[in-house]
Amino acid sequence: MRTIPVLLFAAFAIALPLALAAGGQLFYVGFASRVLIYALAATSLNLVLGYGGMVSFGHAAFVGAGAYTASILLAEGIATAWVGWPAAMLVAALLALAFGAISLRTRGVYFIMITLAFAQMMFYLSNSIKAYGGDEGLTLPRRADFGLGIDLANEIVFYYVALALLGAALYALARLAGSRFGRAILAIRVNEARAEAIGFPVRRYKLLCFVVGGAVGGLAGALLASHGKYVNPNVFHWTQSGTLMIMVILGGVGRLWGGVLGAGALLGLEHLIAEVRIDWLAALAPNYAQHANLGVGLVLLAVVLFAPRGLADLFTRRRDG
Amino acid sequence: MSWVLLFEQSLNGLQFGLMLFLLAAGLTLVFGIMDMINLAHGSLYMLGAFFAAALVEATGSFLAGVLLAVPATALAGMMLERALLRRLYARDHLSQVLATFALILVLNETVRIVWGSDRPLALPAALSGPVELLSGLFYPSYRLLIIAVGLAVALLLHLLVGYTRLGMWVRAGAANREMALAMGVNIGTLFTAVFGIGAALCAVAGALLAPLLAVQVGMGENILIVAFVVIVIGGIGSIRGAFVGALLVGAVDTMGRTLLPIALGAFLPPQFASAAGPALASVAIYVLMAGVLFFKPQGLFPARA
Amino acid sequence: MAEPLLSLRALVKRFGGLLATDEVGLDLAAGELHALIGPNGAGKTTLLAQIAGNLAPDSGAILFEERDIVALGQHRRVAAGIARSHQITSLFGPLSVLDNLALAVQARSGSSLSFWRPLGAETRLFDEARALAELIGLGERTALRADTLSHGEQRVLEVGLALATRPRLLLLDEPMAGLGPDETARMIALIERVRAGITVLLVEHDMDAVFRLAERISVLVGGRVIASGAPAAIRADGEVRRAYLGDELAA
Repeated sequence: MRTIPVLLFAAFAIALPLALAAGGQLFYVGFASRVLIYALAATSLNLVLGYGGMVSFGHAAFVGAGAYTASILLAEGIATAWVGWPAAMLVAALLALAFGAISLRTRGVYFIMITLAFAQMMFYLSNSIKAYGGDEGLTLPRRADFGLGIDLANEIVFYYVALALLGAALYALARLAGSRFGRAILAIRVNEARAEAIGFPVRRYKLLCFVVGGAVGGLAGALLASHGKYVNPNVFHWTQSGTLMIMVILGGVGRLWGGVLGAGALLGLEHLIAEVRIDWLAALAPNYAQHANLGVGLVLLAVVLFAPRGLADLFTRRRDG
Repeated sequence: MSWVLLFEQSLNGLQFGLMLFLLAAGLTLVFGIMDMINLAHGSLYMLGAFFAAALVEATGSFLAGVLLAVPATALAGMMLERALLRRLYARDHLSQVLATFALILVLNETVRIVWGSDRPLALPAALSGPVELLSGLFYPSYRLLIIAVGLAVALLLHLLVGYTRLGMWVRAGAANREMALAMGVNIGTLFTAVFGIGAALCAVAGALLAPLLAVQVGMGENILIVAFVVIVIGGIGSIRGAFVGALLVGAVDTMGRTLLPIALGAFLPPQFASAAGPALASVAIYVLMAGVLFFKPQGLFPARA
Repeated sequence: MAEPLLSLRALVKRFGGLLATDEVGLDLAAGELHALIGPNGAGKTTLLAQIAGNLAPDSGAILFEERDIVALGQHRRVAAGIARSHQITSLFGPLSVLDNLALAVQARSGSSLSFWRPLGAETRLFDEARALAELIGLGERTALRADTLSHGEQRVLEVGLALATRPRLLLLDEPMAGLGPDETARMIALIERVRAGITVLLVEHDMDAVFRLAERISVLVGGRVIASGAPAAIRADGEVRRAYLGDELAA
């Protein structure tokens, strides 16, 4: 991890909300918080997909599980984040353990499909639980309590909490990548048969990686629900898993900053096309903004065809496999 | 639990299964032969439905509209394949996911721009009434048409794959692509043809189901997942697997929605049964898939050894 | 002999209609270098795969140090002291030679459930990897990516990875495959160098190497062991000559 880019990013990230607030753009602080939360979710998927080599198309199951756990606890009166957020991580981890134990018996496209199906299962399940909103979702009265004089209702405060959690996750990921476990996972990703042949308990390690990724995804889900004060079954939909995967691929699979860059790029792109007026395009089609997805889709297609290794490659050279 | 209801639900399951088969057959071929994950397959189904709705309106005839929608969608599919998708065959699965996911976005918005977010398509008047199958047993005639067309197309596909030269190449490609290449199969044309066939099948399903389900942007995404479940259960690359898988899924899903709440109601207090029933029914096909994969991780009829 | 290190009892393996392993019985004494030869398709690699744990036999027992290991997965067998090299080279391609060997040393030396401490700090691990590289003759090539090595060097690394796990039983699957005469001589020298204290089961087609190295030889034809004994006896065995050696040996 090169120090200068990290320091620059940290400085930018820390200064951002203050600059926005000073400029009267408080709305964008909320938007930036969303980017941070998605960056956390994408980073958790990056661990499973990029570092672990497991193409999980059902990561939304764990993000959603975290979101629902935190929301249900809050709706039932347990407002403290110190219970809600760890509980979200625990539930997501248990779900990942159950789903992973079954899914990891399969390989290749079957693995992709079964993880996808498990997430859809959660989507339909949450749709039918009428007690917590069913298909209309659950609206929360307020954000979680953090205590210690930290008021999450304040946009800027929430931003810094999210930033701190993201920073911690990235640091932990960097340490993990260099650790024994990280090297073992790398070996498994590069040549699974050989890793088993030299004595690594492959399935156990893959499952562990899957569970850790799920747990951190659950944390992101809890943050998401708290920030928006709303959760509904769409958080489980496979298109959400797809969005997370797009972020990881865009940002750089297996690169430390892949999740961050991808989330920033995708959300930024969506926002740009929808909100910022492009005059010549407006002359062609006055309501082009309603079809922002078209632009996003075209840009993504361009990326996959012309910049296949993702954005992280633009900034740093790949060190090893 | 009346026999009439059971019979009716069985027919509904058959109908749903046959339409699923049309979607799954194309998907499994593309996956099996070109080794490509095509998330935009559901969008072809959506295109078929929208083409049908627009053409029926333009021609004033249900039959003409549906019949024209099939080649229109097939053509669109083949153009897509030549222009874009063939660049993805050599790429890894992740890139294919990214590209076809992006394609869904593009196709959804394009349809929205051209035709709007949804289009109504009414049942043809001649087929909007029920048919008496046995004394006292009525069933909607349109659904019977779907079953008939579904079976006919399945038979056609079976003949095509089993008894024609094209079908032989398709089977060879599904079993072992490198070998098929080595034996001189014209890959480019074959792939375009396979994609076109898949698109045509999607169009048939989309056009036929259009009067029953809502024709709207995004209708492809929900059915796509079910189609993937079918081909995973059936075995990737296997049309026979897609057929068996589709009928299984159609049966489990339809019967599950009817029978599970009733069965649960026999054991559980009513407030639990009415909540748990639909919940369990919606996940029934995923439990089925997990169960199949547990015992046969490559599906029921894997095409490759 | 004293209790054999490895004992195969009535091993059977079917692939559909094909009987790949047909009631195979074999005993390996501790410390011996035993060669397994036979025509292509005889089932040698299949047998090796069952001993290493890649394949589960349909029936029969595999006794290692008097314990039936049939139920153990491959990584547990490695921990128990059985390691294999592969007929088709299987390395960690994008990683350096040193990293390849270090991974094998890491797998052997304690749990990898360590998530924080950087691996780079474990100097002993890398020292051992370097020593291994010297032993197999790649001491000057440690920094190179494994997939940039020549074929001969890759075959050597393939054996080196198996050695790194400190096995008591080493299964070598055609280590000379694709090697020219110089590389073959180096591989033979390597095997002679490292075999002290290790029991080796060598599958090979190169008859010169086999008769140079082996203390005992078993002949596998059509999934069955048709002969087993000292090299001279095998060379002279009529059935073996008919089935296999006839065209392999110079008259």
